[in-house]
Formats: sequence, structure tokens, C-alpha cells
Amino acid sequence: MISFSGVAKRYPGGHEALRGVSFSVAEGEFAFVAGHSGAGKSTLLKLVAAIERPSAGAVLVNGQNVGALKRAAIPYLRRNLGLVFQDQKLLYDRSVFDNVMLPLSFGELSGREAARRARAALEKVGLGAREKANPVQLSGGEQQRLAIARAVANRPAILLADEPTANLDADAAAKILEIFAAFNQVGVTVLVSTHDEALIGRFAGKVLRLSQGILAS
Amino acid sequence: MSAWLRHHRQALLGALGKLRAQRSAAVLNALVIGIALALPAGGYALLASVRTLVSAPGAGASLDPQLSVFLRAEAKRPELEALARKLQSDPRVREARFVSREQALKDLQAVEGLAEVVAALNRNPLPDAWVVRPRAAPGTELEALAGELRAQPAVAHVEADAVWARRLAALAGIARLAIALLAALLAFGLVAITFNTIRLQILTQRAEIEISKLIGATDAFIRRPFFYLGALQGLAGGGLALVLVWGGLAALNAGVDDLAASYGASFRLAFLAPGDALALLFFSGFLGWLGAYLSVSRYLLEIEPR
Repeated sequence: MISFSGVAKRYPGGHEALRGVSFSVAEGEFAFVAGHSGAGKSTLLKLVAAIERPSAGAVLVNGQNVGALKRAAIPYLRRNLGLVFQDQKLLYDRSVFDNVMLPLSFGELSGREAARRARAALEKVGLGAREKANPVQLSGGEQQRLAIARAVANRPAILLADEPTANLDADAAAKILEIFAAFNQVGVTVLVSTHDEALIGRFAGKVLRLSQGILAS
Repeated sequence: MSAWLRHHRQALLGALGKLRAQRSAAVLNALVIGIALALPAGGYALLASVRTLVSAPGAGASLDPQLSVFLRAEAKRPELEALARKLQSDPRVREARFVSREQALKDLQAVEGLAEVVAALNRNPLPDAWVVRPRAAPGTELEALAGELRAQPAVAHVEADAVWARRLAALAGIARLAIALLAALLAFGLVAITFNTIRLQILTQRAEIEISKLIGATDAFIRRPFFYLGALQGLAGGGLALVLVWGGLAALNAGVDDLAASYGASFRLAFLAPGDALALLFFSGFLGWLGAYLSVSRYLLEIEPR
């Protein structure tokens, strides 16, 4: 499902974020990308989502070589990925419901079906009753759950989360990971980056440990 | 409804929503565009009215060159037929219209102030005539045609209004060119206004665009509402330009009525023909779209998720 083969990423200016990274995550697998700040976790997830292109090596996602994708094909790759960020990236001039509707508005779904899916996604993360609220009215944990609802509304095969619990207390963080685990239970491949070793210890899953851009064996 | 249509409807409603949300800025933009378009549109309407005035029966002038071929009263039938054949077959003649002496007298009677003079005449002094509209522009070719017609045995006299037509056509040409230049200049201004408005809109929506790209929106999907916004802004400006032209002509007509009445005539400046008004709306919408297209092409590519 996700496969890295000898992947390196060098940013303009010469900083090498990843060096010779090779691994694979199978369909339906739950994997953590662990490491300290600056280890290359975010870069790795950005390569999966085609936000960055590899400087060397091959990144395969759902059988597609991400590095060779044309610009016009990238949106279609991203529609099969659910992306969750540390800073949630919500739209604060729209309601909770409209935030979840955003990815559903790009596709082929009818308005009624899109609304049904948006409400179902909000129910799954426990925000069904808050659909009319503005995201600023939500707590940090709720905002992160809203970001997850938006990420899963399109029923993606892969869920990518970049430090989704970094700004949350332990309880809220555990709750977020439980939601990811629940989606993994129904077959969604989950890749979560975190520097929280304690959190990793509480959930079963593959751990890809990065240090200074190199994947530990 | 197909997904394509739904996306367009969504983009149109989104653009209308933005215009509503930024009402005062939208009104100001439409006003600037409207005034810019009203100037050439108003000039065009004035020119069309002047053309109508000088081309009216009895006005004695036309922006197109014209030859009046007066026939001899004693001309024989074969001579008249030979002239008719020549006028109908000569490639330099665009149109030839026979005006009988009776019709000419009727036309003269219809001219304001001449009815009594005509009624006082014992007999019809007017000859039969052909009114010829040549293809040739005023100049030597027209003079040559007039000369050939003069040589026809049925012809008594040929009056070529070439000098008057040449001057009038030159003046009309200058006016048309000035209006076209003004229109081109102001169209460029309209594109620039829309370009800047959409640029500001893109900057305002930077976060939304970035997030949309992150979660799978295509460039076309992101661009579409901006295109609608530009086109709607242009259309609103075009609509306002029509209102301004209509109001301006109505105000001028109050004075024109009095002036025409003092000549014993009636004349009004006419509003743009429906086709011209529609063309103005289409053109303004297109220019708005073009400004949006240029702006989006320039700035949207710069926004990429990081």
C-alpha cells in the first residue's frame, strides 16, 4: 500500500531530511513514524501525500509512483488519503459541518449523499451534535476530531496523521489514537507520526523509527 | 444533475455569496467598471443617433456616398431601359433605387415646412431619378462612375454628393476610431481592475485554497469560483454602464427635443439597439472573466501546501 525504496529528500539549501529510507506498510496495517523533532517524520508523510517530491528513490502509494505523478494527477491521489495535521488546518469561517463537507464537494457525490457522509463522519468522531458550531467554539481535542472527520469523510484507504496529538493532553491524545485504531479495525491503513513514546506503547502497531533522516533497522 | 453541472452551480453560488458578503466593495467595483464602459458605449450610441439623423429621408446627407441620377423628361424607352440595365449590372453599384417624379413630390411634401410650397405648384417640376449607392468609396472611382452615367442619353444630370460624403465619412471614421481606442483603453482598465480584485480575493482565501489543495481539490475546481466572480463583476459593471448610458441619453434628450423643435423637426438620441446592449453585457462579462483568468493563472500556482 505504501512503499519507500531508498528514498532521500534534500531541501533547497542542502538540508537532508531523509536519507536512504526503505520500508513498506501493508494494506490495513497500523504504523507509527516515531522520532524526535527534526528527525524527518513530517517530510516522510509529505512524500506520501505528494506535498513534497523525493530527491532520490521511489515512493509508491496504492501502486502509484508519487515522484513521477503529474501535477494534475496529485489531487486524485490525495482523495484516497485522509490527512490530519498537528495544526488541524480547519476553516474558521465555516461551520463544523461545512468543514467536513469540503472534501466531499470535489467529487462525484450528490449533495444529499455528501451531507449524509459528512454527518456519519461527525457521528463517528463524537461531534454529531456540534455540526452547526464554529470550529473556534471547539476544544483542541474536538478540533482534532473534526480534522479526523474531514479526513475520513471521503472513505480513504489510507489515513495519514502528522503529530495529531502534539498539542493535546494525555486523555485527549489517547482518545484521538483510539479513533485511528477504530478506523484501522475496519481496514483503513493508518500511518501516524509522533514523538510521544508513551503513546506508542499503548497501541499495537508497526513502529518506523527515524533519527536524523535515517530509518533505524 | 451531473457532477460537472453541480460544481458549476456551486461555484456560481459561491461567487454570488462572496459578492453579497463584500457588498460595498462589489458595488464600488461595478461602479468603476460601469463608468469606464459607459463612456465608449455612450459615444457609440451618440454616433449611431447622428448616423440615423443624417441618413433620414430629407436630411440630404448620408455617411455612405450616393449618386442622384436625374432623367430627361423626353428620354425614350430604350434609353431608359439601357440605363436601368447598366445600373443593375455594373459591379461598382451596390444598390440602385428608382424614384418616380410622383414619389419625389410626395417625399418633398413630407418634409417639414415644404407641404404648403409644394401645394402651391401648378405642376410637378421634379424629374424621374435613380438613387445610386456605389460600392466604391468616395474618390476617383466614384467620379468615374458619375461620368459614365452622365454620358448616358437618358440622363439629364448627375449629382454626386462625394465631397459631403467624404467629409462626413472621414468625421464618422475619426469618431469611430476614437471610440474604439477609448473602448480598448478602458477594456484594458477593466481587465486590470478585475485582475487586482481577484488577486486580493485569492490572498484572502489563501488558507482555504491551500487546505482544498491538500485534501484533493483540482486546480479547475479551485479556479472556477474566481472565474465566476470576475465574470459576474464584469456583468454587473456592464449592466450599470447600460443604466448610465440610458440615463445620460434621457438627460440629453430633454435638450435635444427643444433644439429639434426649434428647427421644426423631431429627433431623439436613441438608446443602444438590443443586440448592441447584449453585446456590451457579453463583452463586459468576458473582460471580467479574462481579468480573473490572468490573475488566477498568475497567483494560484504560487499557493501550494507546505
